[in-house]
Amino acid sequence: MRIKYLSLIAAVALVAACETAPKDAGNASGNGAATQSSIRPGSQEDLVVNVGDRVFFGLDRYDLAPEARATLDRQSSWLKQYPNVTVTIEGHADERGTREYNLALGERRANSVKNYLVAGGINASRVKVISYGKEKPAVLGSNEASWAQNRRGVTVVD
Amino acid sequence: MTKKTRLLLKAAGCAGALLLALGVAAPAPARAEVRIDITKGVVEPLPIAITSFAGAGGREAQVGSDISKVVAADLERSGLFRPLDPKGFLQTPDQLRSGEPRYQDWRAVGAQALVAGNTTAMGDGRMKVDFRLWDVAAGQYMQGLSYTATADSWRRIAHIVADAIYKRLTGEEGYFDTRIVYVAESGPANARKKQLAIMDQDGENHQFLTDGKNLVLTPRFSPATQEITYMSYFNKKPRVYLFNIDSGRQEVLGDFVGMTFAPRFSPDGNKVIMSMAQNGNTDIYALDLRTRRQTQLTDSPGIDTGPSYSPDGQRIVFESDRGGSQQLYIMNADGSGPKRLTFGEGRYGTPVWSPRGDLIAFTRQRGSNFALGVIRPDGTGERILTESFHVEGPTWAPNGRVLSFFRDVPAGDGRGRSAKLYTIDVTGANERRVITPLDGSDPAWSPLIP
Repeated sequence: MRIKYLSLIAAVALVAACETAPKDAGNASGNGAATQSSIRPGSQEDLVVNVGDRVFFGLDRYDLAPEARATLDRQSSWLKQYPNVTVTIEGHADERGTREYNLALGERRANSVKNYLVAGGINASRVKVISYGKEKPAVLGSNEASWAQNRRGVTVVD
Repeated sequence: MTKKTRLLLKAAGCAGALLLALGVAAPAPARAEVRIDITKGVVEPLPIAITSFAGAGGREAQVGSDISKVVAADLERSGLFRPLDPKGFLQTPDQLRSGEPRYQDWRAVGAQALVAGNTTAMGDGRMKVDFRLWDVAAGQYMQGLSYTATADSWRRIAHIVADAIYKRLTGEEGYFDTRIVYVAESGPANARKKQLAIMDQDGENHQFLTDGKNLVLTPRFSPATQEITYMSYFNKKPRVYLFNIDSGRQEVLGDFVGMTFAPRFSPDGNKVIMSMAQNGNTDIYALDLRTRRQTQLTDSPGIDTGPSYSPDGQRIVFESDRGGSQQLYIMNADGSGPKRLTFGEGRYGTPVWSPRGDLIAFTRQRGSNFALGVIRPDGTGERILTESFHVEGPTWAPNGRVLSFFRDVPAGDGRGRSAKLYTIDVTGANERRVITPLDGSDPAWSPLIP
């Protein structure tokens, strides 16, 4: 729960940073928080803020926990809402594995996500997968809290 | 062990000859001579006097002096030799060039072996480098060799000389005239820039082969040392590539629907073996470079990766989690007859067969640490060489006596870690950093340069 909360905060911060772009200067009356109306529907920002772009996995596992399934159910509904959107699922592993095994494990995780979305009615042709193994950690740090956030599948709008 | 070795050394020294070999069953050589037995673990480094290879003067003098320094550095780094400080030498290189060594002068400085050399310009842009090697305690000449090459290849000549000395005194092939290809790393841990880089085994002649725009991983040399197979994320399609060092030409290998990774050449250079992941399943394939035919070698529902051929090309060691956890297996080169090799606690990965055939090196994860180890192909004799928070990716020097690997150490800013290259003897002794301009990972040692 806490992990999800943290990543959501990070995502909001990211979006808020984007919103400081000059073209949005007219919306000066707001209190600085990103508003629904400033997010383009069907965009990556929309997915991150309103749906959740990522799910997490247990150590050396690629099955989907109930919380991950709930996130992917929301992703399925969202993808149905925007039928022209295609996505790539990025599979990642923590640093506590060998390079090549982690590439394979990341591919397994990405496919777990893809298979769940397809089972939920999303056309397989809309969902690509890529594994980055342990090459792109989301969080730095060599502790269980960091590793738990790095064992992830991230849905990225193409 | 060390103490016993030293005693034997002393006894041999008293007999007037420097027989360092400890083998008792082997027949004694007809003539006892200085020799290092590197099969016996930690040995006391052999004190060796290496005089300047400087020639008559001019440009050759500088090159000759540089050659002797590189020879000394190679031998020192092996952990088997202790080059003596030339400041204490009593006989000059000139005196050695014109005649026999005054053995008592070399015994006086503690030398057990003596190397003298010379560098001469040939007049056609090439130079001639020759050297002689003596057994100081026995008072006898051992070997002399001569090489001719272009002046700009003086480093290679130095490594070749060091290999000849190493071979004469240990009985094993040398490994100094070799290169290492690896992944140079820079930038923050969550946006790491990774480039292929190549250097001599001592870190010199360093050059980058790729610009870092694409993530690259796991480079490995072809037996002819002119090609590298590696993995690249070019166009966000992770695939195995072939890189020609001379031409710089790169090409994707095979026509696979899924991600390909973990490539290695076959010992004859005709095939590249690799993994392909598709729909959550990873299997091993061989690609024939002449016919471009792809052959699937494993068909288990698990992760089969990290394949490495035996030196005779008949068998393949690989890692698989088909039994529940990541372990090593050996199968025939056609994929038949897979047998589990490791049964230890924890996880085993990145197997690589020694060029000698006698051992398989691996990365082992147990508890909170990673370790590098070796095991015989029959499953006996497992040994751990080094262990820490994270060590990974062993690669063999061509003589099968030294390995390189990488280790993650805490980064300077206290966040994340940075990878460094190391070498270590197969005995677990003599661990050394290999100095690189940036961080480094995934080293691969070349065969001896043809």
